[in-house]
Amino acid sequence: MISFILRRILYTVPIMLGVSLVCFALVHISPGDPLVSILPPDASVELQQQMMAIYGFDRSYPEQFLRWLGRAVQGDLGNSIATGRPVASEVFNAVGNTLILAVTATIIGFTLGGLFGFVAGYFRDSWIDKLATAISVIGVSVPHYWLGMVMVIIFSVELRWLPATGAGPGGSSQWIWDWEHMQYLILPAITMSVIPMGIVARTVRALVADILQQEFVSGLRAKGLLDRGVLAHVIKNAAPTALAVMGLQLGYLLGGSILIETVFSWPGTGFLLGQAIFQRDLPLLQGTILVLAMFFVILNLLVDVAQTSLDPRLQRG
Amino acid sequence: MRNTLYRSSAIALMTAMLAAGPVWAEKTLTIGMTAADIPRTSGQPDQGFEGNRFTGIPMYDALTHWDLSSETEPSGIVPGLATAWAVNPDDTTKWTFTLREGVTFHDGSPFNAEAVVWNVQKVMDEAAPHFAPDQVGATKSRMPTLVSARAIDDLTVELTTTQPDSFLPLNMTMLLMASPTHWQSLYDAVDAAVTDPKERAAAAWSAFAFDPSGTGPFEGDLFVPRERFEMVKNENYWDPARTPTIDRVVLVPLPDSNARTAALLSGQVDWIEAPAPDAIPRIQAEGNVIYSNPQPHVWPWQLSFHEGSPWLDKRVRHAANLCVNREELQVLLGGYMGIPKGSVEPGHPWWGNPSFDIRYDPDAARALMTEAGFSTDNPVKVKVQTSASGSGQMQPVTMNEYVQQSLADCFFDVELDVLEWNTVFTNWRKGAADESARGAHAINVSFATMDPFFAMVRFVSTETFPPVSNNWGLFGNDEFDALIADARTSFADADRDAALARLHTRIVEEAPFVWIAHDVGPRAMSSKVGNVTQPKNWFIDIAPMTIEE
Repeated sequence: MISFILRRILYTVPIMLGVSLVCFALVHISPGDPLVSILPPDASVELQQQMMAIYGFDRSYPEQFLRWLGRAVQGDLGNSIATGRPVASEVFNAVGNTLILAVTATIIGFTLGGLFGFVAGYFRDSWIDKLATAISVIGVSVPHYWLGMVMVIIFSVELRWLPATGAGPGGSSQWIWDWEHMQYLILPAITMSVIPMGIVARTVRALVADILQQEFVSGLRAKGLLDRGVLAHVIKNAAPTALAVMGLQLGYLLGGSILIETVFSWPGTGFLLGQAIFQRDLPLLQGTILVLAMFFVILNLLVDVAQTSLDPRLQRG
Repeated sequence: MRNTLYRSSAIALMTAMLAAGPVWAEKTLTIGMTAADIPRTSGQPDQGFEGNRFTGIPMYDALTHWDLSSETEPSGIVPGLATAWAVNPDDTTKWTFTLREGVTFHDGSPFNAEAVVWNVQKVMDEAAPHFAPDQVGATKSRMPTLVSARAIDDLTVELTTTQPDSFLPLNMTMLLMASPTHWQSLYDAVDAAVTDPKERAAAAWSAFAFDPSGTGPFEGDLFVPRERFEMVKNENYWDPARTPTIDRVVLVPLPDSNARTAALLSGQVDWIEAPAPDAIPRIQAEGNVIYSNPQPHVWPWQLSFHEGSPWLDKRVRHAANLCVNREELQVLLGGYMGIPKGSVEPGHPWWGNPSFDIRYDPDAARALMTEAGFSTDNPVKVKVQTSASGSGQMQPVTMNEYVQQSLADCFFDVELDVLEWNTVFTNWRKGAADESARGAHAINVSFATMDPFFAMVRFVSTETFPPVSNNWGLFGNDEFDALIADARTSFADADRDAALARLHTRIVEEAPFVWIAHDVGPRAMSSKVGNVTQPKNWFIDIAPMTIEE
């Protein structure tokens, strides 16, 4: 097991290098001026060249990449062109805010998704199955930014029960887990949980329904095992696949959602990424993409390890 | 005994009240901006004019100010931190500014000539220890001829330009004065481990952004990047007429128009910029007030004079200007659009008296087109580059499709080339002859007309051909260069305005643009906000406003 984990960690090194190269290349090959966020359109050529030299954009791409990578491995992602603030602190603040949102959405989405899926699979073709399936299909199909706007109209504008935007009365830097702050979290977290809830519910339903058809379940029942015991075996067999799906969904959630975070002005990674794109803030864009990609790589590593510990046969693969 | 008891109780109560301090509800004004981030707070804001509007002029003063006190008259300039200015008659590249006495920065240090020199150096002098490269872009192009400053005495400063330039006092509205003393204290406090002077300077500016110090009517108080910025009133402001009554102003970036509207309707903010147009009736129905006024802004098609362009024929240019039904377009935009008569409007000091009247007259337009050899069977093909969105672009796709349809009545076959905003913005500097134009005969990029260089000079001078500046269409000749030189060297305000009026007259007559719309800058405010003056300007003065508790 330990050698498996070490091997998997070793695999991540070339993946991370490749990811950083792709990040850099994607950002630089897109059209537009990297200094558009700080240079007005009527800036003279002389001023443009002066600024390109100050920010190092006059160097060759390989040199720019190596300098950026060299600093990145030391934890320095450079400074944002638009704000002048260090990218690392911008990204990690945003990651912290997205974590608050993603973890809350995960708890809601995975709990409801697992419950709906399990019940639907266990009572396959019954009205309970149809109801749970309908809810999960709606969850997957409804555009979440639209749902967010509708919830804002109902709960913020009409009823005035919950705030429409923001991450607390004094901003996210003063976040604490009390009602005054948590009320800002409710609408975005519910909106964000809807898609993973639907996907997890559909996956778990298919798995449970499939496992219940298998011969070993009939065997367990023939041996006189009670429903509770059978269920434990069903859960254990469904877990690796469900876990892989949940891992991917968690990865997506941790990446933030540009749409949801923009609708609710939640200062997470999606919001940050959106701003970096619209401002063409290359250091911020590179840094954010890199950190999010690393999240995926690390999360996949953790899921692989968790899956393998649940199903040792995977080690052989 | 009883009296002693009463007296003791009264003294105890008074002591407790004094210890607790005065109790009052803070008057707070919360504003939802369209910007996605807090504009820079260190003196030269980014995020376009919204930055100057909210983190610039509330916290900082310039040598000259825009007069924002009238809703009906075009904004002129008035004394700010300078009480008087004059060009040197013997050397017209030198200007003397007399500074206001007794002004202090928020940190208590005095404002004087050395502070002006320091603030010019921050964006002009790369060798200065406090040179701030990230503030250069937003500043230097706004004062293209300024090169240096020199203190003559404590309250007199001399500014030098590269060429005689009568526009300088207008340009100086954009150089905001930050406190050198406060910056130096932050520089000295940077970690000793940081030894590179440039890195120390960058760290000091970064700290300055969190703890700014200007001379304006509001002082920075709390900065949460990308979320909120709070300012409190400066009770010692030098201008009693602009000393705020509002205790605290909170700025919140809300880039999504629906989110801004929801924030206003739910009572989270008191004021939003650019409400969603279709939500305006609902916003008004809730008792909020919509303020709007034509801004110094033009939403045009800038025409190409490159070889082969159909716009080389003046009759075609005039026909296009006569064929756009702007009143109907105004209805399409819910009324929130100004109808242009040129780059500036009649009544403006730079208006002049053009012989060509921009109006809707499709018969006259068709007659001109027929004369130019075009007809229903032989329409002129024009390609226009525009964006799907963008700062100041209003609703570019809807508006361009309307213009396309409108011009079809006058034998124009218009093809729209819709690109991403930053790409169009970058192409604007490359010109109609560049391959980035993709064969376009016109480009649709809106622009501000606050000062003469931005409003006119950069579009009609042979010295501003791409890639130097924004004369995308390569329009210009000796006549226009002479008119510009005349305006730049007319130093009395009336003479300068008269020269600019002659320039504007000829621009309208030659029509290097199809003038389509002015933005009216709609903003929605709660009825609690009072004493609001929406000037004919990109800026608005928060200082005199009031808010009910």
